[in-house]
Amino acid sequence: MIKINNISKSYKATQALKEISLEIQKGELHGLIGPDGAGKTTLMRILMTLLLPDSGNAQMGGLDVVKEYRKIRRKTGYMPGRFSLYQDLSVEENLRFFASVFGTTLEENYDLIREIYHQIEPFKKRRAGDLSGGMKQKLALSCALIHRPQILILDEPTTGVDAVSRQEFWEMLKKLQEKEITILVSTPYMDEANLCDRVALIQNGQLLEVDSPSNITSRFPGKIIKVRSDNMHRLIADLRRFKKAESAFAFGQYVHFTGTDNKVEPSELEIYLAGCNHENIEAEYIEPDIEDVFMKLMSTDKEKVVGEGERQEKE
Amino acid sequence: MKQLKSFIKKEFYHIFRDVRTMLILFGIPITQLLIFGTVIKNEISNVPVAIYDQSKDDVSLELSAKILSSGYFQLNENLGSIAGIDEIFREGTVKQVIIFENDFGEKLQREGVANVQLIADASDPNMARLVTSYTTGIINDYITKMHPNLQMPLRIKPEVRMYFNEEMKSAYQFVPGTMALILMLVSALMTSISITREKETGTMEVLLASPLRPVQIIVGKVLPYLLLSVANAFVIVFIGRLVFGVPVAGSFILLMLETILFITMALCLGILISTIAKTQLVAMFISLIALMLPTIILSGFIFPIENMPTVLQWFSHIMPARYFITIIRAIMLKGVGILFIWKETLILLGMTLLFISISVKKFKVRLE
Amino acid sequence: MEKIIEVNDMVKQFGSFIANDHLTFDVYKGEIFGFLGANGAGKTTAIRILCGLSAPTSGDVKVAGFDIYRETEKVKKNIGYMSQKFSLYEDLTVSENIRFYGGIYGIPKKERKKKETELLQKLEMEEARDKLIVGLPLGWKQKLAFSVAILHQPKIVFLDEPTGGVDPITRRRFWDLIYEASADGITVFVTTHYMDEAEYCNRVSIMDEGKIEALDTPAALKQTYNSANMDEVFIQIARKPEAKKQ
Repeated sequence: MIKINNISKSYKATQALKEISLEIQKGELHGLIGPDGAGKTTLMRILMTLLLPDSGNAQMGGLDVVKEYRKIRRKTGYMPGRFSLYQDLSVEENLRFFASVFGTTLEENYDLIREIYHQIEPFKKRRAGDLSGGMKQKLALSCALIHRPQILILDEPTTGVDAVSRQEFWEMLKKLQEKEITILVSTPYMDEANLCDRVALIQNGQLLEVDSPSNITSRFPGKIIKVRSDNMHRLIADLRRFKKAESAFAFGQYVHFTGTDNKVEPSELEIYLAGCNHENIEAEYIEPDIEDVFMKLMSTDKEKVVGEGERQEKE
Repeated sequence: MKQLKSFIKKEFYHIFRDVRTMLILFGIPITQLLIFGTVIKNEISNVPVAIYDQSKDDVSLELSAKILSSGYFQLNENLGSIAGIDEIFREGTVKQVIIFENDFGEKLQREGVANVQLIADASDPNMARLVTSYTTGIINDYITKMHPNLQMPLRIKPEVRMYFNEEMKSAYQFVPGTMALILMLVSALMTSISITREKETGTMEVLLASPLRPVQIIVGKVLPYLLLSVANAFVIVFIGRLVFGVPVAGSFILLMLETILFITMALCLGILISTIAKTQLVAMFISLIALMLPTIILSGFIFPIENMPTVLQWFSHIMPARYFITIIRAIMLKGVGILFIWKETLILLGMTLLFISISVKKFKVRLE
Repeated sequence: MEKIIEVNDMVKQFGSFIANDHLTFDVYKGEIFGFLGANGAGKTTAIRILCGLSAPTSGDVKVAGFDIYRETEKVKKNIGYMSQKFSLYEDLTVSENIRFYGGIYGIPKKERKKKETELLQKLEMEEARDKLIVGLPLGWKQKLAFSVAILHQPKIVFLDEPTGGVDPITRRRFWDLIYEASADGITVFVTTHYMDEAEYCNRVSIMDEGKIEALDTPAALKQTYNSANMDEVFIQIARKPEAKKQ
């Protein structure tokens, strides 16, 4: 449904996208995961025909993003990175406006947005600017869906939104997917990767990995030991000092430790840490998650990461 | 068409829900007009005048006495001949000379019409305008009071002449000038701000990603402000008439058509500004500095174009307001028809078309 | 333990809307205190009060030992603040920013120079000393913003979503700095939307609809709410029908 072929894009000195290629199937819920400035927004804007790529090409539903931009705009729904509805219009006025912009009406496509809109309908007379973060997001999604798009492009819909609203939002996306809408969604939250069919990990304008979350984590080369003790700060410092340590990063209440080779045993760490006067030590192997993978992939070209200016992704 | 309709509806929501927009649209024009008006209009008292009475009959003497006893004027000199007029104006001792023609009373009696000439020192145009209009007022008052029962209307025809500034360049001009300024400013400023606001809040990104065409967005932005600006023009003409007594001598419909043309031109200019400016602040700066100042200074609104250095005179030719001021002055004050102003109208029309086509061309269908 | 923040029955009302509904809690010296809540739960209002930017409607509030009503200036001198949105001047250089903040907190000139050198060394940013902030990577900016916020050795530093949008490695390096500050005795008061970060805190409070619904160590909260992680705890507390919230 979406086909991206060797797309590159630069803003003045910074290269935002470096020869990106990606294919997204019909009906897929595809994640684009990476930190701010990785190139997510640029890529989405190119797909939304809002930016021209410097080189390469892309098709949305078989339509070229440069030549057939008008047709694409009719068929896709888009939610930009920041809340982009009219704050001084009410919920209903926003929705009706966007419906008419796409030459349709709220009534015509009510069934598609019913479940989402239903939750904000009690406040349809309220100005959009007065809504809570979670409700704004629902309204924005309703507006993006009002013309029954085949493809939905969502740029960081869950950023700055609390955990509850985030969870609800992903539930809504799952339901939309059942209606055969192809969804490309970007997020800086690594834990959301598991909710996607497939994800593309993006960093510094390059795709680090594209696959299903489980395939990605299963390819993780090393072994991860999760460790805890009573003093987190000292634990991290001591683990990093361990002679066979490659990395030690906090993950929730644990520290995820990777060794320079796969021969580091949890028991070995326990002994070492006991020697450093840690108490209530726990150490055991765990399965890596997307965040572990991302960090691993990042650190392999870390030299590149450090020292490069922030991408002026948002103009 | 439905798209456009709902776009316009949306624009009206924006306008009516924003206090600041409403204030700029309606508050500023009215206050500006009143300020300009009152600054120019001030009370007069004991203005030195000279009288040259060629008939010295009952009527002319009575009228002279009435003028001098009004408190507005003070007799400086009774002239014996017309030759001294130039001299006393040069000295600056009097502001007005009143000349009664020969056989004033008799002519009034016999023909129903008598002439009195009012010559004012128009080096201070506002003062000159006030002085002559006060005098005219007193004369008219005298007629109606003296002969209330007369069937045939008696008329004393005050013939006003402006000395030094024959055409009285700035009197009565503040209404046409202010109208041009306000319409220019409000139209260009409001459209450019409302478009750049959409850029700033990110809603433009959504509009661009929709099937809306640039023309639809532009027309959707222009139409609401056109309507409001026309309403504004009505208010200005109305206040000019009611508060300052500025008449509309010519066709009101022609006046409004020309006004709509000028507003459309200003709106297109506003759109043009918004294609350059990325933020509301920049749009405001461009509108104020690049439009308002030249409009005030170079359009002939305050400073007569004839007195400007040649370079500035040349510049004034590209000021749309210059043509508009000429047009409305001609319609409102001189009462002329399209035959006398077709050239200016064509120039405005040309400018409008130019700005529209550049705007549509420059309006980006993408973000960069 | 020394109390750095003492909040007793604090209420903040905007018209008929109660943003903070009788909050009572203490924060101790050197603690990393996680201040969580859904959007619109009243976190920002509470932080503003604690920073001396707005006065509560009623209740007793002491920050760094000073009364929030009467000793606002002293409160401000003893706190640091960093938010995701604003902290550093983008058009000034790294060094100029450090000097500016040193200046407004009245650090003597000699000491300022020394601190600047130390700080740049610690952050490994000596080479970037004369570079404009605008060109720096987001991760660097955040580290610098944090360091600048604690340059004057405040008793407590407020961090309002300090790690939004950064990559996972930078995010963790940032937490290294937080731990370090806490080990130095600086109390850290932090809001975040990353629930795994809630686990890094010594204690966590969760606000909902203007009230503090839960306050304890992450481990105890997980036990109380019978959850595997803080994400579940948070959702249990804050997940109510949207309609009820309005």
